[in-house]
Amino acid sequence: MLITDLFEETYFAIYANKVRSILTILGIVIGIGSVIAMISIGQGAAGSIESSVQSMGSNLITVMPGFQRTFSQISAGRGSAQSLTIEDSEAITQGVPGVLAVAPEVSQRYQVVAKGQNTNTQVVGTVYSYPQVKNVEIFLGVFISDQNVRSMSKVAVLGPITRDDLFGENANPLGQTVRINGINFKVIGVTQSKGGTGFGSQDDIVFIPITTAQKFLAGSNFVSTISVQAESDQAMASVQSAITNLLLRLHNIGDPQMADFSTLSQQDIIESASSITNTMTILLAAIAGISLIVGGIGIMNMMMTTVTERTREIGLRKAIGAKRSDISLQFLAEAVMLTFLGGAIGIILGSALAYGVAFFTALPTKVSLFSIILAFGVSAGIGILFGYWPAQKAAKLNPIEALRYE
Amino acid sequence: MLEVKNISKVYKSSGVETKVLKGISFSINDGEFVAIIGPSGSGKSTLMHILGCLDNPTGGQYFFEGKDVSQLSDDELADIRKKKIGFVFQSFNLLPRTTVLRNAVLPLIYTNISKDEREEIAKKALISVGLDENRFHHLSNQLSGGEMQRVAIARALVNNPAIIFADEPTGNLDSKTGEVVLETFKNLNEQGRTVILITHEKYIAEHTKRIISLKDGEIVEDVINHH
Repeated sequence: MLITDLFEETYFAIYANKVRSILTILGIVIGIGSVIAMISIGQGAAGSIESSVQSMGSNLITVMPGFQRTFSQISAGRGSAQSLTIEDSEAITQGVPGVLAVAPEVSQRYQVVAKGQNTNTQVVGTVYSYPQVKNVEIFLGVFISDQNVRSMSKVAVLGPITRDDLFGENANPLGQTVRINGINFKVIGVTQSKGGTGFGSQDDIVFIPITTAQKFLAGSNFVSTISVQAESDQAMASVQSAITNLLLRLHNIGDPQMADFSTLSQQDIIESASSITNTMTILLAAIAGISLIVGGIGIMNMMMTTVTERTREIGLRKAIGAKRSDISLQFLAEAVMLTFLGGAIGIILGSALAYGVAFFTALPTKVSLFSIILAFGVSAGIGILFGYWPAQKAAKLNPIEALRYE
Repeated sequence: MLEVKNISKVYKSSGVETKVLKGISFSINDGEFVAIIGPSGSGKSTLMHILGCLDNPTGGQYFFEGKDVSQLSDDELADIRKKKIGFVFQSFNLLPRTTVLRNAVLPLIYTNISKDEREEIAKKALISVGLDENRFHHLSNQLSGGEMQRVAIARALVNNPAIIFADEPTGNLDSKTGEVVLETFKNLNEQGRTVILITHEKYIAEHTKRIISLKDGEIVEDVINHH
């Protein structure tokens, strides 16, 4: 039997039972469609998290103070210790190879007042390298300069949301004055919007020189975090361990377990975020997979009915010389063709659903080649799995009895 | 052509043995036109199944073109059926809602003959049984009984078989179309084909050249029919 004959026979058999075939295929369509949609939504979520982490800056390593431990071993939580200083940040700049830029920062929330308007926002004391490290762009004016830091200038750069809140939407606040904690700051710049909303937004923020923040606002020499930008993706791991070793030495700590700081690379954040989205994706796809099994049982049911209905035809085919393998191949091909068709329609519908989600929501879903290949493989596999038994039943029919079947 | 030696067939169902054929021996030569006749229960259908390589005998030997085929496997028998044997059934057994041409081509899809060649063979066969070319693309269920049986005969011819078995070929036809179908078999025989007709009606057997009568699984008569 030629492969083209097999296709032709299969086509005629399915075409002869159009409505039943379509209804049976629906189970596979829904199963494959939802698997495709769920995987693409999951991957879209992972991609969205990844890109928002990337937007914080590229090749970024964040050094944070460690736990504040008292003698009673009560921990006040990560980042609570006051253990990092500007000196540490300078040591990293000079002592760690592969570092492109370092930006220490002191941050705290304050009530900020201007022209009768006021808002509560994050005030970040930092240095001139901050825009490079954190991927911040200047929209108006200039950012804090090295000169500002050295001379403890009372100047401020506003985030676009803070600017909107204090001066009105799209106003030009350059040269105006804002009051932070009772101290007047002159506005010298506005940053470009980065998107992102809510707590910790990069747009609802005020930048001032780090020295000014330490002296007039915090009243101490400690910094909240040190952001380090590595030269390249490959350098990340070596830079991260070099920073750890350097700070351990500077802080006179022998046991790395006792470190009073911690380092966190972007990779760490992406990894932990993607492990969550992966779990979600697997969960969603598994639920969708259950409907695939139900669809497969539908195919098997239809094939069993078909074999019974066409018993005489099977008898005839055997009488005119069809071997067992010819018969089983024919019915297997029918089952696989059904699931394959269902798979193809399911991929189209699932992709449409994924694009619909991308169109109507902010989630950038993407239909990967992997999930399409997976869906095709799974649908063909289901055809073979659930078509095998009916095909064997057909192949084993005795031609004499099959021809007599009423 | 074919020879059976002391063929027997025993069916067992729920512990009870039924002897359907009780040691039958005869031979059929190339080009013969034979009727196997007997009342229902005489074992004629069982005999046809064995002769047609659809079933193995329980005992005895069956030589098909000199080769003992009595103990071959299902697939080996299928191969003989494919190459050497054509069947015509009482109830036609055409594929429903399928064109005349596709029905006639069907046995050839299990061979390696090219598609164009197959259609040529099938068309010739259909013409040889007297079917009009404008009927080739009609669906099988749009045909009359006589036409259906002729399509079935054409289907039995496409593999150029050495022997054709017809199991009550006129059983579902009125006597007039039955005559036409029997005439078709007669023509085929005159062209040199071996035809074996299984029937329970004497007047149908009269159309053939040799009549083998069965009763209770045994041959009671084997005569040349001189019309």
